[in-house]
Amino acid sequence: MFQIKEQPTVFDVAIIGSGAGGGMAAYQLAKAGAKVALLEAGGYFDPADPKYITQLKWPYESPRRGASNHRPFGDFDAAWGGWEIEGEPYTHKNGTQFDWFRSRMLGGRTNHWGRISLRFGPKDFKRKSIDGLGDDWPISYDDVKPYYDQVDKLIGVFGTVEGLDNEPDGIFLPPPKPRLHELFLKQAGKKANIPIIPSRLSILTKPINDQRGVCFYCSQCSRACQAYADFSSSSVLCIPAIKTGNVTLINNAMCREVLTDPSTGLATGVSYIDREKLTEHTVKAKVVVLAASAAESSRLLLNSKSARHQNGLANSSGVVGRYLHDSTGASRGAFLPHLMDRKRYNEDGVGGMHVYTPWWLDNKKLDFPRGYHIEYGGGMGMPSYGFGSGIENLNGKYPTKAGVMKEAGGYGSSLKEDYRRFYGANIGMAGRGEAVPDFNNYCEIDPNVVDKFGIPVLRFHYKWSDYEIKQAKHMHDTFEEMIHALGGVANGTKPGADTNYGLAAPGRIIHEVGTVRMGDDPKTSALNKFSQAHDAKNVFVVDGGSFVSQADKNPTWTILALSMRASEYIINQVKQKNI
Amino acid sequence: MKRRDSLKSLTLSSLGIAALSPQVALAEQRDLETQNPPETPLKIPGGRTKEEAIRDAKIAKEKFLTVAELATIKVLVDIIIPADATSASASQAGVVEFIDFIVKDMPQHQTPLRGGLRWLEKESITRFGKGFTLATKAQQIQIIDDIAYPQKAKPIHSQGVAFFNMMRNLTASGFYTSKIGIADLGYKGNTPNVWEGVPEDVLKQYGLSYD
Repeated sequence: MFQIKEQPTVFDVAIIGSGAGGGMAAYQLAKAGAKVALLEAGGYFDPADPKYITQLKWPYESPRRGASNHRPFGDFDAAWGGWEIEGEPYTHKNGTQFDWFRSRMLGGRTNHWGRISLRFGPKDFKRKSIDGLGDDWPISYDDVKPYYDQVDKLIGVFGTVEGLDNEPDGIFLPPPKPRLHELFLKQAGKKANIPIIPSRLSILTKPINDQRGVCFYCSQCSRACQAYADFSSSSVLCIPAIKTGNVTLINNAMCREVLTDPSTGLATGVSYIDREKLTEHTVKAKVVVLAASAAESSRLLLNSKSARHQNGLANSSGVVGRYLHDSTGASRGAFLPHLMDRKRYNEDGVGGMHVYTPWWLDNKKLDFPRGYHIEYGGGMGMPSYGFGSGIENLNGKYPTKAGVMKEAGGYGSSLKEDYRRFYGANIGMAGRGEAVPDFNNYCEIDPNVVDKFGIPVLRFHYKWSDYEIKQAKHMHDTFEEMIHALGGVANGTKPGADTNYGLAAPGRIIHEVGTVRMGDDPKTSALNKFSQAHDAKNVFVVDGGSFVSQADKNPTWTILALSMRASEYIINQVKQKNI
Repeated sequence: MKRRDSLKSLTLSSLGIAALSPQVALAEQRDLETQNPPETPLKIPGGRTKEEAIRDAKIAKEKFLTVAELATIKVLVDIIIPADATSASASQAGVVEFIDFIVKDMPQHQTPLRGGLRWLEKESITRFGKGFTLATKAQQIQIIDDIAYPQKAKPIHSQGVAFFNMMRNLTASGFYTSKIGIADLGYKGNTPNVWEGVPEDVLKQYGLSYD
C-alpha cells in the first residue's frame, strides 16, 4: 500500500544534510535545547566504528590496491558516492560541463576534503568594490570574525600567526614541522619570491577536549580518523549533537521538497523517501534548515513549488541555482633529482601538506582578477595502485649510483634498483583559485528527467570565462618558476590554450557555491545576511549555497562560521517570537 | 534469503508447480546444489559498503585470463621483478593474482593485455618455432630485449614495446603494494607515531635546518 508516514511530533527544526553546514546547525541548535530532526540522504557513519574504518589499512587489503576506479579517491577514501551515483543522474545544457560530487553518508563531503581551513579575508567579502566584478557580500569580515574564532576553538585548527594581507590569522594549534621536500619548497619560495607558510588544517596537534584524540601522524585524514583527531562533521558535530538527546537522526532520507503552508507561505516540514525501503515520509518542523550542499539545496528549493511559490521556494528573485561557481584548479608534478636515494624514515606527518602558498600578488598588475593559493604534495608516501608507473620516461635521464647513464625502460634487478632510487623524489603542486560568479552559470530543474526516486534532477550550464582561463595559465607559469627554483624537472608538458591551460572542469575541485546567495535586496538574492530566505522567514540555507563569492580559500571554514551565525540568529529569533 | 528458502519459494511459486512429488523436488534440489554450491554468506570487509563487497566478490569469481595466459604473465613479471638480495620476485609477492584481478576490475586493460600476450606468443613461434613459455630463458630474453627499451627499440617492435610498458607498470603496481614490495621500498609509515620533523642526520646531509 502506498501511504505517507508522518512523524507524530512537530520538531523545532528540520535540518536537511549532515555535512559541515548541517552538522554545525544540528550541534548549535541541539545544544540550545531545540528538538531537531537531522535528515541525511545516506547511511550512518562513525569513523571510530571498525565497520567503517579504512585508516591504517595496507594497500594489499584492497584487491585493486586502493585504485580509484570505483571510489573516486581510491578504495580507502572515506567518502561514499562521487561524481556519478547509480540511479541519481544529472544533465547538462548546451554541451557544457559541470561534474557534481555528492557524498551520501553521515558527515557528507566532510568525509572527503583536505582539512584545509582558511578564513575568508576582508577583501573576499567586498570583491565588487575592489574590481567591479560580481557582487559584494551583505556582510563583512568583522561580522564573521567572532564565528571564525568560535569555530577555531570548537573544532581546532593548526597554523601560524603571519599578519598577512587578506589572510586573517586564527586561534591556532601548533603546526607540524615541514617535511624534507617542504623545506626545499621554502628555500625555493625565497628564491622565486613566492611565500611558503605553514598550512592551516583542522587537525588536532594538541588535545582540545575529552571527546577527541590527538593526531598520530598517519597522513590519512582522507580516510576519516578513528581518534576523531581531524574535523569530520560526523565525529565532531553530528555524533556529539545526537548525544545531547535532542537530535533525531534520520538516515537514508532522500528529501523531495520543503512543504509550505498555502496561506502563510511558510515552511511546515519536509517530505522524503527512504532510499532503502522506498517508503514515503513527512517530517513536520517549525523551522527548516537546508544544508544539502549548494546544488542539492537549490534543487530542493526549485522542486518545492506551490501556488504561493511558483518559481520554487525562496526564489521570487529567480536567482536560486544561479551564480553557481567552483574554485579553479590546475596542477603539475615535478621530479627532484637531488632527492634520489633518500634515507628512509617515517615522514607520513598529518593528512596533507605542512606548508602552502597563500595568494600573494596584486591583480592590478595582472591580466586576470582574483587570486589562487597553492597546495603541495610529495614525500615517501604509502605506495598504492599506479606506483612506479611511467618509470620508462624517467630512468634513462639520470645516471645510476655508479654514475653511468642507462637505457630507459628495462627490467630485472637493475630496474628494481631504479624504483628504490626514485622513491620519494616527486613533488606535486595544485593551484586553487577564485572564479568570478556569473548569472549564466547555473543549475536548474531538467524538465524531462527524474532520478530513481522520481525526483526531478538538476541540469547544469557552466562555462569558464577568460578570467579563470588566464588564472590557470598564470598558475602554470608559477609552477614552472617554483620547479625551476627547486632544481626540479617538470613532468609532462605544460598545458596550452587548447586545453584552457589545464584548467580543471567545473565541479572537479568540489568547492561549488553561490546558488542560493545572500544579499540585502530580495530582488537579486534569495537569502538575507543571516542566511534566512527573504520569501519565507522560517527557511534557512547554511551550506555553500549562501555564498556571494567563493574566495581563493577553501569554503568549509566559512560554511561552518556562517552556519553557526545563522543558528545563533535562529535561536534569538525564536526567543523573540519572530519565527 | 537462504538458498533453501529461495528454492522453496522457487518450486512453490515462481515455477507454479506446487504438485511436484517430493522425490522430484529433492532430486531437483540436489541437482541445483551440485551445479551451484550453496553460496557462502557474504562477508563485508571493514571499510567497504555492502554494494562494494558484493561487487568485489562478484569480480573475484569471474574468469578472464586463461591458464596459459597466466603462465606467460608469471614468466614476464619475474623477468621484470626477479628475486634479488633484498626481496623476493614479483610472482612470489602475488603479482600474477593481482593482474588476474585487476584486468577484470579495469576492463580497459583486457584487450591490450590479451593482444600483447598473443603478439609475444606469435613472435616466439616465428623466431623459435615454439610458444613463449616453452622457449629457453635465453630465447625469451632475446625477445624481451627487443621490446624493453622504448628509445632504442626498432619501429617494427613498437606494439611489443607498448605491451611491455604496460606489463612493467602493472607489475610495479602489484609488487610495490604487496607486503614484500613495501618492505623492499623501505616505506616506514602507516603506523601511529609522533612527527618531530626531518631527522637531524638528514637535515645535515642536505645542509638544511629548522631555524
